[in-house]
Amino acid sequence: MNDNSPNELRRPPVDDPGPETPTPSWVSANPELSKAAQRRVVGAFGLSALSALISVVAYFAIPLHIQVELGSFRAGLHNVVFGTTMGLAILLIGIGSVTWGRNLMNDDEIVQERHPPQSSDEDRTEALAQLSEGVRDSGVARRRFIMGSLGGALGLFALPLVVTLAGLGPWPVPSRRRATIERTLFAEATPQAPIRLVNDVTFRPVKASDIEIGQLVNAQPENVQHLEGVELQQAKAKSSIILVRMDPETIQVPESRRDWQVSGILCYSKICTHVGCPITLWEQQTHHLLCPCHQSTFDLGNSGVVVFGPAARSLPQLKIGVDDEGYLIATEDFRVPVGPSYFERDSRNDFQEGDA
Amino acid sequence: MKYLSIRRRHPVAKPLILVLALFLVGAVYALVVPTTQSTAAPGLSQQEADGQALFQVSCSSCHGLNGEGTSQGPSLVGVGAAAVDFQVGTGRMPMAKPGAQAPRKKSEFSAEETAALAAYVATLGPGPAVPDASVVDPSNLTEEEIARGGDLFRTNCSACHNISGQGGALPDGKYAPPLTGVEPTHVYEAMRTGPQQMPVFSKNVITDEDAQQIIGYLQTVSKENQGGGLSLGNLGPVTEGLWAWVVGIGGLAILAVWVTSKGARSK
Repeated sequence: MNDNSPNELRRPPVDDPGPETPTPSWVSANPELSKAAQRRVVGAFGLSALSALISVVAYFAIPLHIQVELGSFRAGLHNVVFGTTMGLAILLIGIGSVTWGRNLMNDDEIVQERHPPQSSDEDRTEALAQLSEGVRDSGVARRRFIMGSLGGALGLFALPLVVTLAGLGPWPVPSRRRATIERTLFAEATPQAPIRLVNDVTFRPVKASDIEIGQLVNAQPENVQHLEGVELQQAKAKSSIILVRMDPETIQVPESRRDWQVSGILCYSKICTHVGCPITLWEQQTHHLLCPCHQSTFDLGNSGVVVFGPAARSLPQLKIGVDDEGYLIATEDFRVPVGPSYFERDSRNDFQEGDA
Repeated sequence: MKYLSIRRRHPVAKPLILVLALFLVGAVYALVVPTTQSTAAPGLSQQEADGQALFQVSCSSCHGLNGEGTSQGPSLVGVGAAAVDFQVGTGRMPMAKPGAQAPRKKSEFSAEETAALAAYVATLGPGPAVPDASVVDPSNLTEEEIARGGDLFRTNCSACHNISGQGGALPDGKYAPPLTGVEPTHVYEAMRTGPQQMPVFSKNVITDEDAQQIIGYLQTVSKENQGGGLSLGNLGPVTEGLWAWVVGIGGLAILAVWVTSKGARSK
């Protein structure tokens, strides 16, 4: 047992039994059954052909508007018939082929002989000799200038490929970030020229008195409605907000955010701090805001801190007020960048549980 | 007096006196102790009084005798007739058992009884009223208005109720119910009253016109032609993935076993 010689180790535990003794299958050994199997194969192929023909006829004959309804199954008759018959046609070809192979073909095991993949020693010597002959003939070793210039040309050819990376966008230096990713439409608001908060879609300004306890409003800054196309989408990706009203008795407002709200109406960014999905799934009784993408949950009754899920930062809150006519307004931008993380983001100013 | 004193030792005298004494105690008790059943407050109409009677039988064990709320159920002061019509009309209330969510089921009350309950609860404090059928009826909307309803639905409702109103999950066993086959009136009432975890969408923010367009979108979506056959609940990748893995790949595995298996041998 303790004999550790290499040969002993390589010996398989069971002797090679060799290929199975060939035994004809029950069907192929029995002429009548063989005939029946042949009929089944031909039948499958024939049905396949028929099915294909029906699908062609159905494609033209069935009007597109007819619907079939079977309980919860509801579909266009055209699609159902065309798809089913075409599927049947290919399935029957498969069934016929497999039946043919299983019943009428021989399934004896055979040994396939292989040879080592390397070339013969003669061929290898010959190839190496030809290679050295080529190197000597081209004079690579002597003509160093040629080699140098070739290397330079190849190296510079990579340059245009690298240069195209510039097309990916401007370099995110701090000033660039402040003007783009760290700025929303609310940056145009000042205490002298505040921006009204308007309903998304309808762009009706929102009055503080219109919002009941337990209400949620999907809102935008009023200056979003003058934008169009790409600009609009980029602006909305940062400036989308939700307004919620909660009973002031049931929420925690830190000292520093006392004047950020209007009698229980709080305004938060609608963009999840995890990977930037828009979130409006708000439970009015628990005050929890749940992101449908990865279940990050924020407590809007506690400055938007994360109570569950993969998000690492609180939902940014926007300071809001109310103007002379009772409409909700913003007078400044978010204090921290909204949306998901990025490499250069300064996350020291985000609200954390327990901040005053 | 002589008649009584002669018969004072009669065998039935003692039981008779006992019965008389019990009757006297009962009568005095009924006079002295006030009734616990609060009678209909003055100024209630016949319908409101009927509603109050129903309320005290079916709702008061959780919501309090006067709808003031208990540890088992919230106060109903100021929820309005719309809240009652929604909760009772969709069978959510009375709840069959306490739980994370009151499910939609067959209503226990007739339309008349529901209206009476709603009328009574509306007297407890001002709240949203049951809308006129014309307010919620989406049949006269143009295609453009229905498309705008879709915009509003996707912005305000789809996060919980799914893009085609199929509903979705919430934490802790709660869920946003599917909106297929819900009466337009009930959709409207849910928006105005914010039942359970749903936020309120008040009249001045989502106007009656907006609400009607949202209802129009919901009805259009549910009647949409399903060109592709099995909708799998219109829930997206979860059900589609499950179907592909279990039925699709499972079927292929079974076929693969059949293809490679050897049939019976001749000996």
